[in-house]
Amino acid sequence: MEREEAIALYRKLVLIRQAEEKIREEYLKDEMKTPVHLGIGAEGISVGVCHCLPANSRTFGTYRNHALYLTVTGDPDGFFAELYGRLSGPGKGKAGSMHLSAPEFGLMATSAVVGTTIPVAVGAAFAEAYRKTSGIVVVFFGDGAIEEGVFWESLNFACLKQLRILFVCEDNSLAIHAHAAERRGFRSIPEAVAAFDCYQAGGDGSDVLGVIRRTRQALQMMSEKPKPAFLHFTYLRFLEHVGPREDFDVGYRCRPSREESEGLDPVLRFEKELLRSGCTLQDLEVVRVEVRERVRRAVEAAQKAPFAPPAELYRDVLA
Amino acid sequence: MKSSITFREAVNLALIKEMERDPSVFVFGLDVDDHKRIFGSTHGLVEKFGAERCFGTPLSEDAMTGVALGAAISGLRPIHVHIRADFILLAMNQIGNMMSNLRYMSGGKLRIPLVIRAVIGRGWGQSAQHSKSLHSVFAHFPGLKVVLPTTPQDGYGLLRSSIQDDNPIIFLEHRWLYDIAGEVDDERVVPLGQAAVLRAGDAVSLVCSSWMNLEALKAAEVLARKGVEVEVVDVRTVSPLDEQTIIGSVKKTRNCVVADYDWVFCGFGAELAALIGQRCFGHLDRPIERLGFLPVPCPTTRPLENLFYPSAATLIRAVEKLLGLEEADLSRESFYSYEQRFKGPF
Repeated sequence: MEREEAIALYRKLVLIRQAEEKIREEYLKDEMKTPVHLGIGAEGISVGVCHCLPANSRTFGTYRNHALYLTVTGDPDGFFAELYGRLSGPGKGKAGSMHLSAPEFGLMATSAVVGTTIPVAVGAAFAEAYRKTSGIVVVFFGDGAIEEGVFWESLNFACLKQLRILFVCEDNSLAIHAHAAERRGFRSIPEAVAAFDCYQAGGDGSDVLGVIRRTRQALQMMSEKPKPAFLHFTYLRFLEHVGPREDFDVGYRCRPSREESEGLDPVLRFEKELLRSGCTLQDLEVVRVEVRERVRRAVEAAQKAPFAPPAELYRDVLA
Repeated sequence: MKSSITFREAVNLALIKEMERDPSVFVFGLDVDDHKRIFGSTHGLVEKFGAERCFGTPLSEDAMTGVALGAAISGLRPIHVHIRADFILLAMNQIGNMMSNLRYMSGGKLRIPLVIRAVIGRGWGQSAQHSKSLHSVFAHFPGLKVVLPTTPQDGYGLLRSSIQDDNPIIFLEHRWLYDIAGEVDDERVVPLGQAAVLRAGDAVSLVCSSWMNLEALKAAEVLARKGVEVEVVDVRTVSPLDEQTIIGSVKKTRNCVVADYDWVFCGFGAELAALIGQRCFGHLDRPIERLGFLPVPCPTTRPLENLFYPSAATLIRAVEKLLGLEEADLSRESFYSYEQRFKGPF
């Protein structure tokens, strides 16, 4: 990877991480009145997959969507405005954290109900096939969505129609607090999906370069013969399901060792890669300082921005 | 061009006209391309427009509704068809959580031009899972439009308006309507949100939905022979609701029976009664009467099924009671009976 590309990738990871760390700092002041599902530990998947996508691609996500929103838009101003409920947010404050979208950047929808955007993404991929256009559609969802009937209905239809869609499973093995073993009557997700006529790959989602490699392979195969691809990436959810805190001490899971944590932190891992490939600590610090300032300004602007006026309540219910 | 055609042919004609007009319109759902073609309403579509634009699906109502939504926000105009409205309950997550609020949450950036067509109503011993109307359920969600055509002209004109509309629309067709013929002007597209006065009168307003309009017209004919002229108001669209026409009629007649083709409790009939009670309070001579399904699951056996559904006869009795009239002898009247049109088994 060229140095410029690598630094751009690092900048995205840092933007997401610092934006979420800023939320952690600010959230307990109770000015950001929206439930936040932070994705610290998961950044590598959205950043890596979206890094490979052609310009006309469209994406769909879940309520844990901050990384996806920031990676496709690069825009912390709209992001924080929406989290602070301001008119200048992409949803005019009506969406909040769980429903961030940016159709002008291809991020069509995210949802707070598990599995819900999966068939909608399939419909978007169907529209590409209907029009004989080449856009790729990607839908991100957690491992809990595999237990929803609609995942299987959607996968079936996408395979039946041989649509160009990436199903990206972000597997943290937790559904809120319930472990995979308490929820799965099947041996493994890849094995369960294997019966369907689609490409399949997966690996460690905290390794952003690995995510990029596997996504590129899948896209290459899709371009040779159109077919859905199922990508399964694991990661560690560093924080509680919803909210700004850690929850390793509440009893349902163990705190990872420092070594494990570092190995599962996509930002730290990529920093090590960059240092190995010739970047200096100084180079990385420059990016971090720039991004920190950018995030600080975005938060400050959002806090000062106006709320929607009452007339906005009734706007956009219908076209 | 004007012609006398059935409701089934009118719906079919609307689909053909819209598919000819706009290549982004497509029709999909279970059975749309089989030999029965949803009571004939999708007749000829696959032959004329190809399997890309008219196709059957896996039995996945939930995902297929999401597919319709995804296609709609991509600029297509999907028409998703259900041979029974009851099956839509499998897809309520997409309807209640997604298509009704995606535009709002996107800050107005997304348009959702899609139509869900579904067959409702009484058939031949359809029982509890093939008989619901559900328009109250859908209309409860802001962000959806709900359409209940009755005449062939409305089957044609309201469907064309619905397909051209940029919002998600639930379009509910009563099964018995398919055989009913009437004049259709194929240049007349009927706008959404306008009620229609099907028969003028001065004694009582019968505010009706879907099949209840036909029962009300029959009741009006019988009552007229007894010297009572009732006005029949077809709401046509539940959401958006044409309040003006309904209120205007009740203010004129000063009496109202709401006859909804659904359960009474927490139903659309309750919404109508509340609206009329509030806006016509000083103009009402008597309390508003409400008719609808009885508060039980729909039974299969004919004697109980006959009690379950409201009819012209129950409407006549309701009007008589409201106006303090003697009960007329109905034994020589001929009411609509599906037995005369259809013999089982399927």
